[in-house]
Amino acid sequence: MVTISGVNKHFGELHALKDIDLTVGDGEVVVLIGPSGSGKSTLCRTINRLEVVDSGTITVDGKPLPAEGRALANLRADVGMVFQHFNLFAHLTVMQNITLGPLKVRRTPKAEANERARQLLDRVGLADKADVYPSQLSGGQQQRVAIARGLAMDPKLMMFDEPTSALDPEMINEVLDVMQDLAREGMTMVVVTHEMGFARRAANRVVFMAEGQIVETATPDEFFDDPKTARAQDFLSKVMTH
Amino acid sequence: MFDNFDLMVAALWAGMRTTVWVTLASYAIALFIGMILVVMHVSPALPARWAANAYTQLFRNVPLLAVLFIMYFGLPSVGIVADNWVWALLGLGMYTGAFVGETLRSGINSIPLGQAEAARSIGLTFSQSLGGVILPQAVRVVIPPLGSLLIALVKNSALVLAIGVPELTAQSRRLIEDTQSRFDLWGVIIGVTVSYLLIAFVLSYLVRFVEKRTAFVR
Repeated sequence: MVTISGVNKHFGELHALKDIDLTVGDGEVVVLIGPSGSGKSTLCRTINRLEVVDSGTITVDGKPLPAEGRALANLRADVGMVFQHFNLFAHLTVMQNITLGPLKVRRTPKAEANERARQLLDRVGLADKADVYPSQLSGGQQQRVAIARGLAMDPKLMMFDEPTSALDPEMINEVLDVMQDLAREGMTMVVVTHEMGFARRAANRVVFMAEGQIVETATPDEFFDDPKTARAQDFLSKVMTH
Repeated sequence: MFDNFDLMVAALWAGMRTTVWVTLASYAIALFIGMILVVMHVSPALPARWAANAYTQLFRNVPLLAVLFIMYFGLPSVGIVADNWVWALLGLGMYTGAFVGETLRSGINSIPLGQAEAARSIGLTFSQSLGGVILPQAVRVVIPPLGSLLIALVKNSALVLAIGVPELTAQSRRLIEDTQSRFDLWGVIIGVTVSYLLIAFVLSYLVRFVEKRTAFVR
């Protein structure tokens, strides 16, 4: 589904991504973990070109990323994205947030788009919130709406950029539950997260990054029970002590 | 104090009507220009940004009176002839348009970057995300400062007396300089002040009304 090869990215002096090679297969759930500043969010954002890479190639569903314009917009429509800070459209109701893409990009008839939005809201457990504004929802509810907004485009791939990092602890699970259901249903997913429990349960593959490089790639069991590299062992010893 | 009160009121009323319509018409031009400028400002095309910047620098940094003189005296000398009304509306509109553009731009900058990223990530094009996500939010932010520009425009419109448009200040000068001295100086001063305050109050009220109508829950 996604092929990343030889990707480099700089932010000024900082070499944020160093020669990244990564393939995400159809229906695969790849979880990116690693310390802050390791480049995992940046890598995630390069896949729909919210970050432009300096060198290397990225293909999605066999096609290289278009540079700009309509072709890029079409690609982004096929790649769902969930952000750390939800980024729901503040001036639109929950229903309008979910249907904006289908109506404007897919030209779906309004009744159909609304019907689909209702199904998705039902699925993320927010059927009664269709007509409220984002600011009237809790963080966990906003993030579930954001997931529904992504799914409304019938994406080939869903990306989650630290989807629970801005949430109160008691709201994390309601979001992870939705994501885990998605994974079980066979959605191709790239997830940047610090939730080790989720990585262990839902991932097909764990990719550990540090200082802009992929340090280790393994199945969750291998990675958490028997990390190969010293860097990963060090990281896990710090995050798994409590 | 108010000698020949009815004559004075008639003259000021005529001036007020002129001031109001000159203000509103040139404000409409300014909003239109400002809208175009802001789209150019945020456009990915470098020449568009450059042109918008040049326009803004020019009209923000040349005095309004100079703009009016350049149009009224300068352009006819190169064969562009029009009524003084036209130059009044265009001068005020183009001048204020630069400020409207900057105000709209600050409104757009106040919208978190995440809104644009989310809009792009669901596949909206540049113009769709601008029109459907960014501008509708930015407009609400900029209504109060746009209102201030409208009030400033009411006062700036007094300058078009210099190119012979009989607006409120021009009328009051006519009254003060009346050849038969039929009007008391302070009567006219109070009259013209009250007239401007009236216009400003009504317009401020309208701005606040629009602000309330477009508010949304944050």
